[in-house]
Amino acid sequence: MNLAVCLNQVPDTSARIKIAPDGKGIDSAGVTYVINPYDEFALEEALKLKEKFGGLVTVFSVGDDSFQQNIRKALAMGADKAVLIKSPIKDAGDVAYVLSEAIKAHFGGMPDAIFLGKESTDFNDAQVGAMLAEIFDVPCVSVVVALETDGKTARLEREIEGGKEIIEVAFPFVLTAQKGLNMPRVPNMKGIMAAKSKPIEIQEIPLKAASKSIVLNLDKPPQKQAGKIVASAAELVNLLHTEAKVI
Amino acid sequence: MPIVLVFIEQRDGKIKRASLEALSKGAELAQGGKVVAVLIGNNISALAENLGKYGATKVAVFEHELLARYAPTAFAKLVVKVTKEEAATLVLLAATAMGKDLAPRLGARLGAGVVSDAIDIKEDNGKLIAKRYAYSGKAIATVALESEMKIFSIRPNSFPVKESHSGTPEIVVSNYNPETADLRDVVKEIVASAGKLDVAEADIVVSGGRGLRDPKGDGKQNWENLERLAQVLGGAVGASRAVVDAHWRPHSEQVGQTGKVVSPKLYIACGISGAVQHLAGMSSSKVIVAINKDKDAPIFQVADYGIVGTVEEVLPQLIEEFKKVVSHN
Repeated sequence: MNLAVCLNQVPDTSARIKIAPDGKGIDSAGVTYVINPYDEFALEEALKLKEKFGGLVTVFSVGDDSFQQNIRKALAMGADKAVLIKSPIKDAGDVAYVLSEAIKAHFGGMPDAIFLGKESTDFNDAQVGAMLAEIFDVPCVSVVVALETDGKTARLEREIEGGKEIIEVAFPFVLTAQKGLNMPRVPNMKGIMAAKSKPIEIQEIPLKAASKSIVLNLDKPPQKQAGKIVASAAELVNLLHTEAKVI
Repeated sequence: MPIVLVFIEQRDGKIKRASLEALSKGAELAQGGKVVAVLIGNNISALAENLGKYGATKVAVFEHELLARYAPTAFAKLVVKVTKEEAATLVLLAATAMGKDLAPRLGARLGAGVVSDAIDIKEDNGKLIAKRYAYSGKAIATVALESEMKIFSIRPNSFPVKESHSGTPEIVVSNYNPETADLRDVVKEIVASAGKLDVAEADIVVSGGRGLRDPKGDGKQNWENLERLAQVLGGAVGASRAVVDAHWRPHSEQVGQTGKVVSPKLYIACGISGAVQHLAGMSSSKVIVAINKDKDAPIFQVADYGIVGTVEEVLPQLIEEFKKVVSHN
């Protein structure tokens, strides 16, 4: 089974975000970048399929050389190969396009499946998975919390408001992973050593069309002022009723 | 003025409130022009007429028993069909599980730029500029779409529902027969968490953290009280990452960076200290109440009201006090 996993790197969840002086991005000084947590669930699921059915897991990332460290971690977890794509991407449509080009070039078309996170915790667009599926004209099941498969068809559960949807699809397909799908493994020493000799191919892919979405600026959300400490439940409920008027 | 198309989500014959928020905003952006609503499902045409009061001038209804549940490929195909027929250049939909799944498919098919989870959309010199959260609530991005076709999914609870129109919409009901390929990813079955209101859709969220302790141990009563409080208020139960990672509560309830970002009108945080990644997920709530025994807990920095005390003591009192007010209303 040939599986593609798309990985982004994002600031560690505990990081405090500082806006860069140009007001369009974040100040990356002192920020630790990790594999996007949702992409890590996607990678773990792909590795589980590889262990069950054989085959290769290839990781695709769009970014600069700072991604190499996190790509090495993915290789240490058990991915076989990696492609790092350098491209002047600006929006999710650009990312989907360059990923699809790299995946096509690598596999000669659509692999058996493409796994990625349900969204990236930096821009939270939640768009790339479904866009990739549209480019390859295959089904996409998003926000997946469970996968069962015999290698030909798959039964997936996706999280919706107040419940789950059950979907059955035939391979090939795109899956976007939600927390709860699995517990990603921690690389062991053998994996870390093996990763050192695994190839990371660098590709430069230009965009074929203008980006459709432009970030004009980034701000910190308005800071809340610390409020009133009240002495009793009765007083609190009274204030919520008469002052805040929310109940 | 753009011709606006709004995808209306219904589940079990009930239209999502967030879709009416999208429709109200769509009517505003159309500035008196055409607003086309698209409604897809089975036996749902009776829902169409009512959409007029939120600003729909036309409702395109597609009915088929195989469309009773969400079918991403078929739904995308139908929305694209109507968008092209009506020459709409602006598509709005609610950023629900369905809307977030559908929006990028429409973007790819229509060659449109897509903004996800908009909390504000404004016209500025003929351009549409949106605001949305980035970095899971730690920043707000201002985004412009440069493409001719534009798609915005809007975050639930961010735009008002306006019943400000009086016209009767033109209703066109089509009996669409899906092709096999359209149903390649149709939802076979829905497993509902019985009677549960989702934390992302609720007006009131009551969240619990590690301070409530293990529900299988000495925290049992605290979690029962938390659920009781949510029930009294007609709200949903939320949880911090710590308690989800400890398997005390399901991930679907998690509020914060690797969970849901919520903006209810009232958020009550119980026994939650307020880690950065939790604050990112709930700081945009209209009113925040914190209950924590540690007066220095960071959660008090974002709370409008706070009580310093243990959950054992405060939760039962809150239930009784809220009961009095809720029953008076």
